[in-house]
Amino acid sequence: MEAFEYLAPSSLAEAFTALGNGKRSMMLAGGTDVIVQLRENRRHCDQLIDLKHIPELMSVDIRSDGGLDIGAAVPLADLYNNREIARRWPGLVDSASIIGGTAIQSRASFGGNLCNASPAADSSPSLMVHDARLVVASASGTREVPVEAFFAGPGRSVLQPGEILLRISIPPQPARSAVFYHRFIPRNEMDIAVASAGVRLALDESGERIASARVALGAVGPTPMMVAAAAEAVTGQAPTSETFAKAGEAAAAAAQPITDMRGSMAQRKHLASVLTVRAFERALQRIREAR
Amino acid sequence: MARRTHVTTSINGLPTEFLCEPRQSVLEVLRDELGLTGAKEGCNNGNCGACAVILNGRVVNSCCVLGVELEGAELTTIEGIADGEKLHPLQQAFLEEAALQCGICTPGFIVSAKALLDSDPHPDEHKVRFWLAGNLCRCTGYDKIVRAVLKAADAAETPVP
Repeated sequence: MEAFEYLAPSSLAEAFTALGNGKRSMMLAGGTDVIVQLRENRRHCDQLIDLKHIPELMSVDIRSDGGLDIGAAVPLADLYNNREIARRWPGLVDSASIIGGTAIQSRASFGGNLCNASPAADSSPSLMVHDARLVVASASGTREVPVEAFFAGPGRSVLQPGEILLRISIPPQPARSAVFYHRFIPRNEMDIAVASAGVRLALDESGERIASARVALGAVGPTPMMVAAAAEAVTGQAPTSETFAKAGEAAAAAAQPITDMRGSMAQRKHLASVLTVRAFERALQRIREAR
Repeated sequence: MARRTHVTTSINGLPTEFLCEPRQSVLEVLRDELGLTGAKEGCNNGNCGACAVILNGRVVNSCCVLGVELEGAELTTIEGIADGEKLHPLQQAFLEEAALQCGICTPGFIVSAKALLDSDPHPDEHKVRFWLAGNLCRCTGYDKIVRAVLKAADAAETPVP
């Protein structure tokens, strides 16, 4: 590993001062990607800025309007071990609890997982279907980026030099809605998605029609992707297996996977469909269980 | 050599100071600077769990934490699990259940399992298997390890007469 300096600012202001000193900077949250990438000389920096001593990046706020703010460096274990979060946002636990194993989840964060920008990252589709916004800060202020607009390609995001991902802001979710996220891996645990799908399903007041839906896929393109056609295919329809099958077809059609060591193009297209259908079924089950 | 940083921390309950470069991992600091060689280097990239330690009450892979991050922290390594000469119930159960062959993964399993029992003294088999999914063993096939952890959990329940 090449040598670098380590800085542990205790405030955002201090962090921006460090970011402005002209050196090549990288951010450290849980380090489960960054430290490995630096060690393997896949990334390079002059200074590593540890964000875990900045209160804003380590706080969780269950907002009074029904939304949720998650500091970008909050460890995944803090999310699924929080009973209220686990009860109200099970679709976040779906992804937080399968990123690496226990020792990874003690350190790794949603913010880090997003900034690492892997097309197969588990956090991305689950946050996208929650309609999450990313609050990005720089010395001159903050801006908001929808999660689906955050990725620029494999390993690349729209974060500019001098910017820090501050928090993930989840708006109040629609009435009678639920999120479900899952992935396909050939093992039971500790693997990277061959393909993944997240769904948010909202029913109308009668509970017999779909009021709205959001569908996101992972590992089937250069970035995680929203599939608007899958959502349109089900909106206004009855929540039946025939309806969900249409969303599955739309997901498979939208997927643009590659063939690699984890799976073939054809397998991933098939998985996009199956995972989408099953995510709808499980989201529907969640809505019914909550009643 | 790059400038070394002075770090003050607590390791296995003992106040400890050391110097390290920012790029050195906790695993490197433990093994190369402090002579604590119980934590093993397996993959050195966060996959295998052989280097597991307990940092501020949570199990982490010491290859994925920097030594400089230990400033003010509390660390427990495999060397701090036994009570002097008296083995921890997990260590005793690993011996009795023959839950090791080559032994490289064992410190990581025991440290990780201790963090589990600290947070949940009576886990079921499912929970043990998922908790330990980040610890890889290429010898025993896991059944003996899981059995040992469950036995240690039971042992903690029954006071020694």
